[in-house]
Amino acid sequence: MSDVVEKTLTALPALFDSQTGAAKITNRLRQLIKSITELTSKHEEENLIKQELSAMKEQVSSPNTTMKQMREIMVRAMYCEMLGYDASFTYIHAIKLAQQGGVLEKREEENLIKQELSAMKEQVSSPNTTMKQMREIMVRAMYCEMLGYDASFTYIHAIKLAQQGGVLEKRVGTFTPHFHSSPYITSITHAQEIIRRKAVLALYKFYLIAPNQVQHIHAKFRKALCDKDPGVMTSSLHIYLQLIRESPDSYKDLTGSFVTILKQVVGGKLPLDFNYHSVPAPWLQIQLLRILSLLGKEDQSTSELMYEVLDESLRRAEMNHNITYAILYECVKAVYTIHPKAELLEKAARCIGNFVLSPKINLKYLGLKALTYVVQHDAKLALQHQMTIIECLDHSDFTIKRETLELLFRITNAQNVTVIVEKMLDFLRSCNDEHTIIHLVGKVAELAEKFAPDNSWFIQTMNDVFSIGGDLLQQDVPNNFLRLLAEGSESKEEDDQLRLYAVDSYLTVLKGHTSHLPQCFLQVMSWVLGEYAHLQESVDQREVIRLLTQLLDQRSVSSETRVWILSALTKISEGQTDLILDLAESLSSSQDTVLRQQAQELRHLSQESQLHEWALPRGAPWDGIEVDSSLSFLDGFVSEALAAGAAPYKPPHQRQEELCEDRALNLEPYGFSLPVSLSSCSITDRQSPTLLSVSSGLSGNSTELSQKAGCLILEGVKRVWGKDGYLPQKKRSTPPVDEPSAAVQPPGQQEAAERIEPRPDPLTQNQDKQQLASSLFVGLGVGSAMSLLGKSEAPPPRFRKKPHPHESSSSSSSGTSERSSDSSSRSSRNTTNSFLYGSLLEKEPATSISAFDHTPKSTTANGLAQNKDTKEDRRANTSQILGGDMVIVRPSTIQDKHPPSVSSDLTALLPADLKDLPHSDVISLTSDPSLSLSSCRLFRDEALLLVIFISNCTETVIKDVAVQLTCEELKTVSLRGNVVDCLEARSTSVCHYALLMDDPHTNVSFTGTVSYQTQPGHTNTLPFSGTLSTADFIRPLVVTTEEYGKLWLSLSHDVKQNLKLLTDAGDPLRTTLNSLKDALQLHVVDIIGSEGIVACRLLSGAPCLLHCRVNGTALAMWLRSPHPALPDCILYHCQRALAHH
Amino acid sequence: MMHFLLLFSRQGKLRLQKWFLPLPERERKKIVKDMTTMVLSRKPRTCNFLHWKDLKIVYKRYASLYFCCALENKDNELLALEILHRYVELLDKYFGNVCELDIIFNFEKAYFILDEFLMGGEIQETSKQSIAKSVEASDMLQETMEEYMSKPAF
Repeated sequence: MSDVVEKTLTALPALFDSQTGAAKITNRLRQLIKSITELTSKHEEENLIKQELSAMKEQVSSPNTTMKQMREIMVRAMYCEMLGYDASFTYIHAIKLAQQGGVLEKREEENLIKQELSAMKEQVSSPNTTMKQMREIMVRAMYCEMLGYDASFTYIHAIKLAQQGGVLEKRVGTFTPHFHSSPYITSITHAQEIIRRKAVLALYKFYLIAPNQVQHIHAKFRKALCDKDPGVMTSSLHIYLQLIRESPDSYKDLTGSFVTILKQVVGGKLPLDFNYHSVPAPWLQIQLLRILSLLGKEDQSTSELMYEVLDESLRRAEMNHNITYAILYECVKAVYTIHPKAELLEKAARCIGNFVLSPKINLKYLGLKALTYVVQHDAKLALQHQMTIIECLDHSDFTIKRETLELLFRITNAQNVTVIVEKMLDFLRSCNDEHTIIHLVGKVAELAEKFAPDNSWFIQTMNDVFSIGGDLLQQDVPNNFLRLLAEGSESKEEDDQLRLYAVDSYLTVLKGHTSHLPQCFLQVMSWVLGEYAHLQESVDQREVIRLLTQLLDQRSVSSETRVWILSALTKISEGQTDLILDLAESLSSSQDTVLRQQAQELRHLSQESQLHEWALPRGAPWDGIEVDSSLSFLDGFVSEALAAGAAPYKPPHQRQEELCEDRALNLEPYGFSLPVSLSSCSITDRQSPTLLSVSSGLSGNSTELSQKAGCLILEGVKRVWGKDGYLPQKKRSTPPVDEPSAAVQPPGQQEAAERIEPRPDPLTQNQDKQQLASSLFVGLGVGSAMSLLGKSEAPPPRFRKKPHPHESSSSSSSGTSERSSDSSSRSSRNTTNSFLYGSLLEKEPATSISAFDHTPKSTTANGLAQNKDTKEDRRANTSQILGGDMVIVRPSTIQDKHPPSVSSDLTALLPADLKDLPHSDVISLTSDPSLSLSSCRLFRDEALLLVIFISNCTETVIKDVAVQLTCEELKTVSLRGNVVDCLEARSTSVCHYALLMDDPHTNVSFTGTVSYQTQPGHTNTLPFSGTLSTADFIRPLVVTTEEYGKLWLSLSHDVKQNLKLLTDAGDPLRTTLNSLKDALQLHVVDIIGSEGIVACRLLSGAPCLLHCRVNGTALAMWLRSPHPALPDCILYHCQRALAHH
Repeated sequence: MMHFLLLFSRQGKLRLQKWFLPLPERERKKIVKDMTTMVLSRKPRTCNFLHWKDLKIVYKRYASLYFCCALENKDNELLALEILHRYVELLDKYFGNVCELDIIFNFEKAYFILDEFLMGGEIQETSKQSIAKSVEASDMLQETMEEYMSKPAF
């Protein structure tokens, strides 16, 4: 509180001085403040304030108090309030005073309240404010609001409070906004125009702050629009502009009215009061033009309504004054936004000429902006003004230059890109405004990527971009660049050439002075060198290593960059052990742990060349990396830990939230406790892989896979952590395999392309400008293929990115396998015998891999260790080596040699974490000569797992098995293993779907297909279908009798029915309930005499309570649930269960 | 919508500030500093518009005083210039040949006029006459109230 006191103390003198005669009034306040600051304890302060307050109370109720004294009391009361004491008795007097008093009181009060408000503002934003304080602040804010001051900053807190808190907060929360808007709503109909106008503007502001709070008064807006005072109507246009911007379609009917209004305004029908420099209501005109352009956008019929009035506006705005130009500018924009009309476009284009050619610099600026806007629709317009644009390009004014470049950016094509980019870079070099640099550098990078004429130019430009943009650059610029390099285009040769250029140019850069280079550029360089330095055969690898090591020693290099450099070194260090060992030695004592770890890895890898080769293969397809962002391979570990009593993981933001909640008072009544199961943790967020992760299990497109004969087969694996994932740089580093012969291109091509550089010459400057113009505007007019309406067609980008695996629907599930097998086979075998090797691999034992099981036991149980194949031997070796000090995560494999006919054994194939779940019998779904499908339902607490066993009945391998399941009534929350690349002979693969039922249906049917290939290129499909009943989705609800009672009262939908009572046993009620319990997974809460209560729920969702009473020979059942359809469904199943009994 | 309006002298002394969006004190100070340095460093015969973050700054110099406001990206710069001009006209009409000292000594009047003219960053009243009328009316009220002051109230 002391800081508030201090603040007040410093603020008050100023307040006294500014008010006439205020010094006398506030003597007592000054005394009070002084004595309070002299006090030592909180207790003393409390006593003093209490005295003060009681004195004040007496004074205010005494009839002799003058206005002046009253005012003084208010000031003191306000101060006490500020200190946190309750002086609410003064509120009413303050209001009285405010109503009676004149302007002076008002102003004084205003000052005080402003103080109060700013103090409150500080408090509400402070995290230490308790709920109670917050509530008090809200009350104070309401008071300020009551006096007509803007305390809108508290609304959001009030709403928050209302959501969190109890009854009082709710009242405050709902009260504040209503309180705020209601006087305005009523004052919309006030007699005075100015008040109506203010009310409408206030409502507009309110709409901006809380749009849904004013939904109920949209009719009032319309009333304001039809107000007889043009000022009120103008104010209402703010709201309409906002509304129309959000949803233009719902206001199309108003187009006619807006057009009429504009017509009247342009025609000078408004009172002279609204004229501004003899232009009728320019603000109103501009507002209307904006609204019309929004309404007419891409809508021919609406646009047709406004052609006439736009024409009129263009014609009328002739006078040479800023305000008419402002209107003209909006008019031109409107003409080019709405559905085009040739005649109007022509006129508008002429208007732009007026702007651009104007000697006034402000108009020129606006002209450039207008041009920038219209060239998107018609690039040829820029041609008429090329000389002006050239002039503006060399203008001394920064703003004009920037605007010109913006314009040039819009008209860039493949022919003029070099000149335009040159100009932009020149500008950037002289610019020192951060925002401008970030903005423009991104554009340069975009242009370079889109239109680059040749490789050397592209690399050079990107070098400039990186060195100018430096560390201000948005991260996606370097990311895109690197991805482009790595993924390449269709032609391998071109890609390698580009990479080669990059390597060459970076080596040159590194040989020069490097200390001034931005970190981001260094990172890009080190990555590229690490990946592609080997392409350049003329340069000694030792030289590259030397250059990179030099960088490492530099002081200016950040530790993040060092990690990049070290990764690069790790990649190219092969065979250069002597250089590397020193380096690793020196870095292994580094302060930075990441660096130290990398140094260790580097040392290990450089000592073991085989391991190096395996971990960092030189050249493997770029898109073949899988990163399991959801870390599903840790599932086993997690579930074990959870079972051992560990707390489930919470993401940081959730922890933060909970921390906040803890701090605040919990005013919610204790919730109805429902059992939380451990397994519910396992379903979280398996659906959101990050960009890097490749969702392998989602679809089974098959064309690509048939080519991959030489792969180790890892089928059914979903988003596995890359085999080499323990090395952080591996996420980024997988250069494609190159054939040594194709890798190196003669460097002579480098000179083939030369940059066009216009050189300024004082003698022939004009000519020079002409030349510049011709180079800038080349490709704009010729061919004139640009249509008037559409945007100019973009030429195909030069660097066509490969579709990212993420976007493409083709299955890339075998990415990892392809990569790893490639890596192990590449160095020792050339292409011809790798083909041979491919067929060799096919004879290997069947390995069907499950993504769920990661226990070490199954790793040893798989067939790999016994395999005598040389390659597998090596793999086993490497894993042993790795086993020493690094943890390698590899998906384990289960071998299923069970004949598919033994269906009961199929449940043994369930993944370990699912085995313990209650499950139904395995039923056969469908089969054909090669495949047979059976399914089994597993009852998890929060979902139904539908497990489908796919068994290969043949003696040959079946490839590309993909399961597709559709069910309209159910929601699939997760699925696993629905795509299997290769199903070995006589083996079975398991795929499962987690299904949710949101709306209960008595029975739902699902259909699906399995597609597979027995021979490459020949896809078979096998349809299947089945049904699920609500009973599968019902779970017991464990509650006590008391809880049941409470819940019963709170539920709304009920159904009553008499059911058959099973009378064959001694206790008919108990028998009946037990049989229901067995059939439907209900929970029998209690049985009291002839009555029984039973509870269940739909998965983890809506509960349903059943109340059963023996009524003669029947069972009267009464069901209640929050869900209207649930009782019916359950009743249906109960009837069926009892009937079957 | 206008985000803020600042009036400062050629020496960079702030004369009037109006914020249409709530901003913390520190932020405001930073903006004022940025604006004065940016605007004052502009050379003569350059245009009156600047880019600053994602806002557009429109400024104009009247005698020794700079009027500077910040607009959103979709707003019209020329129109903003005219708003500044209208404000100067209003001040001029009220003070009669307004100068910087008028605003220094009667800053509250300058605020009154601004409040009658703009509301929430949007223009509220464009007519010179009606603004002058309402400012005059409040002046009258203030004078009569001062006489009324010393009488007992309750």
